[in-house]
Amino acid sequence: MSNLLIGAVFALAAYGMALVWGVMNVVNICQGEFVMLGGYTAYFLFKAGVHPLVGIPVAAVLLFVFGWLLYRAVIFRVVDKDLFISILATFGLSILLQQLANQLFGADVRTADAGFRTLFFFDNMVTVSVVKIVAFGAALLVGAILMLFLKKSRLGQAIRATAQNARAARIMGIDTGRVYATTYALNAAICGAAGALVAMTWLIHPYLGLPYTVRSFMIVILAGLGNVAAVLAAGLGLGAAENFAGFILGAEYQSAFVFALLVAILLWRRFWLDRTRGYLK
Amino acid sequence: MGKPQIRSTLALGALAILVAAGVPASAKVEGDTIVLGAAVSLTGKYSTNGKNTQDGYELAVARVNEKGGVQVGDKTYKLKVVYYDDESTPARAAQLAERLINQDGVKFLLGPYSSGLTKAIAPVTEKYKIPMVEGNGASLSLFKEGYRYLFATLSTTEFYLKEAVNLAAMTAQAAGRDPAELKVAMAFENDPFSQDIRAGVTEDAERWGMKVVVDDKLPPELNDMAATLTKIKAVKPDLLLVSGHTKGATLAVRQTAEMRVEVPMIAITHCDSAQVAETLGSAAEYFLCASQWDRSLSYRDDWFGSAEEYAQLFEATYDYSPPYQAAESTAAVLVFVDALQRAGSFDTEEVRDAIAATDMQTFYGNIKFDETGKNIAKPMVLYQVQDGQYKVVAPTDWASAKLIHPRRLPE
Amino acid sequence: MPPTASRLLLIGLVVLALAAPWLAPAYRTQISFLWVMIIFALTWDILGGQMGYNSFGNVVFFGVGMYGCAVIQRDTGLDYYPALCLGMTAGAALAVTLAAVLGSGLLGLRGHYFAIATLGLGFAAGEFASGWDFIGAGSGMVTPLYPGEVGDRESFFYFLLLALTVVTFFVLRRLYSGRFGLAINAIRDDEDKAEAMGIRTTLYKTTAWCVSAFFLGVTGAAVGNLIGFIDPRDVAFAGPTFGVWMVLMAILGGKGTLWGPVLGATVFHITQELFWTYLLGWQRVALGLVILAIVLFFPLGILGWARERWPERFGHAVEERPATGEGAS
Repeated sequence: MSNLLIGAVFALAAYGMALVWGVMNVVNICQGEFVMLGGYTAYFLFKAGVHPLVGIPVAAVLLFVFGWLLYRAVIFRVVDKDLFISILATFGLSILLQQLANQLFGADVRTADAGFRTLFFFDNMVTVSVVKIVAFGAALLVGAILMLFLKKSRLGQAIRATAQNARAARIMGIDTGRVYATTYALNAAICGAAGALVAMTWLIHPYLGLPYTVRSFMIVILAGLGNVAAVLAAGLGLGAAENFAGFILGAEYQSAFVFALLVAILLWRRFWLDRTRGYLK
Repeated sequence: MGKPQIRSTLALGALAILVAAGVPASAKVEGDTIVLGAAVSLTGKYSTNGKNTQDGYELAVARVNEKGGVQVGDKTYKLKVVYYDDESTPARAAQLAERLINQDGVKFLLGPYSSGLTKAIAPVTEKYKIPMVEGNGASLSLFKEGYRYLFATLSTTEFYLKEAVNLAAMTAQAAGRDPAELKVAMAFENDPFSQDIRAGVTEDAERWGMKVVVDDKLPPELNDMAATLTKIKAVKPDLLLVSGHTKGATLAVRQTAEMRVEVPMIAITHCDSAQVAETLGSAAEYFLCASQWDRSLSYRDDWFGSAEEYAQLFEATYDYSPPYQAAESTAAVLVFVDALQRAGSFDTEEVRDAIAATDMQTFYGNIKFDETGKNIAKPMVLYQVQDGQYKVVAPTDWASAKLIHPRRLPE
Repeated sequence: MPPTASRLLLIGLVVLALAAPWLAPAYRTQISFLWVMIIFALTWDILGGQMGYNSFGNVVFFGVGMYGCAVIQRDTGLDYYPALCLGMTAGAALAVTLAAVLGSGLLGLRGHYFAIATLGLGFAAGEFASGWDFIGAGSGMVTPLYPGEVGDRESFFYFLLLALTVVTFFVLRRLYSGRFGLAINAIRDDEDKAEAMGIRTTLYKTTAWCVSAFFLGVTGAAVGNLIGFIDPRDVAFAGPTFGVWMVLMAILGGKGTLWGPVLGATVFHITQELFWTYLLGWQRVALGLVILAIVLFFPLGILGWARERWPERFGHAVEERPATGEGAS
């Protein structure tokens, strides 16, 4: 049960990645680093006496600003370039952010223990920590807000229009530069919120990003771009599958299983499409 | 092919190599300064402990220089350490050791942090016959290769959690149970250090006839050990052993409390450098922690005075209380100082022999190397977290508090 | 450029490389790693530059070669040199077999899906290696000590890797100038059309990956012995370092060319060594900035940039068509 909840945090990071990928055609490798920075925001607030739950929106706002600045400084240069260029550029950003975090915050493992209780069922055999339920709820909430925002708000509609056809959107008077900046900042904000949840639930350190980036990738590939519900389902499924693998195969093969699964999914889709001489693109 | 700018760029590249090669290598002794070399992890996954290591070295160097320096022959010298950042990866560490020896002309090496990195450097120092004294490579397998130039100030891995297994067996006997009935669960990080600890405790558990019910290897980038703990809950072991540097310690403490894993005795490593009692509060209560050293022990030396005085100086200098990783690093520098003074020369062979003949007491403990180079004169201690304090509970000679068993869950 | 000039340049470079161990004996290991980097960039460029398939998983072949060789050295009980020879052969054979098997499946993926699948492959290999006790699991493996005198080891591996680099370079030059080169370039430019023209794309793609795997496997076997300690994630299957660097180096120099990867690897390696020495603790920050600068301002690489700047100097080099910086998918 608690294993399912882990997937919710992955799903959050994956929402953001799907958004940026779909709208801007940029694969954001520093996704995990945004999670990490969100975690540190929540941690420092916690140290200053702020409850980690309050840290979630604060981390989101701070990361929104950070994402906006990052777009204006760097990302705008890769939007209309090849996808591969964006992968490398954001990889560069990711090692930059990791090392800066290492230098500024130190490499110590940190955690913001919010003091949530654990619920027990069946003579303690099943435990669900409240913090994971909160994380799950928050992931759902953020997902719902995102969906509403994209459907209803003016800016959300502009984002969707740009995703469909950037040139047409520009002709129709949409400031695509602003749309891109907002999209990227929004992604950073979502990851920031996820990071605050991570700091509350597990622990944070400067090098935690990679697993989140890779899992976001997998979820997006599984679920496709632009389908929030599928992203959530894939995220939860992955979280559960991973823990199940750790349980059955032993923890040493847990990550190997995840990566092998990624390759297997891609291969399966390739051979499925191959029947009609189609291919993934 | 063969375009002018390619040619000129290539020529420039070649020139750059040659210019770089032309930089003169510094000698092992610059004027009245003895230069030691070390690759430490300033970045990457070991950078917390890497920093501890560097701080330990620096404190020793500062102290020795302040007190007049090292007397070699009839001249006194100051100490200095050249550092490189190995980024916590063995590939870098090996290259850097070679760079220290070949390019910087360093003749005496201090160790890096972690067994894996020491494993990468030891073949290099061995090849060049350069003595290395290290304080942070505990893996027993390091001392099975027959290395002649490798010396360690710490107790090797098989001792880390041995005491915990023995303690579990003895408490069982005291309660009238046969130790062979005990069930042991183990979760060790998948790196040379923790895997060697695992080998050590497996042996001990076998000797007592205990049954190993869970035996998981934790991947280094794992940020969640829920899968392992679920398994452990299901089999209800009597003893749980966990090792995975600072991250493993934090995870184990936090998640056993969260998932309410009821094991009467839990022993882990690195809980002082992870500061589990300070950051996780009641969740850390009654955890047993393996440690190389403690400030309450009654060792002393001429440079630092007692262990407690060392700890105070360290706190005053670096603003945190010294984990054993720092203390054993400081001790490594003291071994060099002592050996250089006794050797009275900078000849690497003579210094190596002087190190091998070391028999001294430092604030960190007694140091005497066996023929494989590991320190056999200093025992490990086992803490228990009691009321947020680390209290030594084993071995009994050093104990400052009584073991509380079985462990009660924090409310 | 008359062909004699380029020949002279090549000869000059080889002479310089041969003389380097005497010119700068202390830098032998560092320059050995330069050869490794050049091989990385060259072999990555076969798929990434010439064929338009961006792989993040080539490091798998490097690691497989390394482990294959180390296992042979550990288990056969032969003397050092025979064991090393056999190990390198076995390492290469393993890598090529793996490339053939994986290639038949993975090379059917296009564009970034191929990139992502290979990324997953690289990580999965590292994780499997660190769980498998036969090859030391997370504790890694120690390769046997070199039997010669102090300093001989450095020279031995220096020349071994230099020879490998030179062989790789000339084999690739030969391959690119023939039908093979034209075929994989056609696949890069438009795979469907290439197939329609009757090129057996799957065969060519898999062969290209096997060539890449062969050289990486042999190099891996040698590097395992050069470093002396094999760690599954940080040395053998070092995706976030070696795996990404090979891509960067090829792009930095100019992908899709023969000299580009060589140039890129040289510049990258020297820059990195300098950062490492003079920016203690901040070297990765500087590296991150350099990567950003490379991909943002020189997406076509040094050669591509030079070609745009001085097109007339490249005008009459027939085999040097403009590099396709946007060659992916």
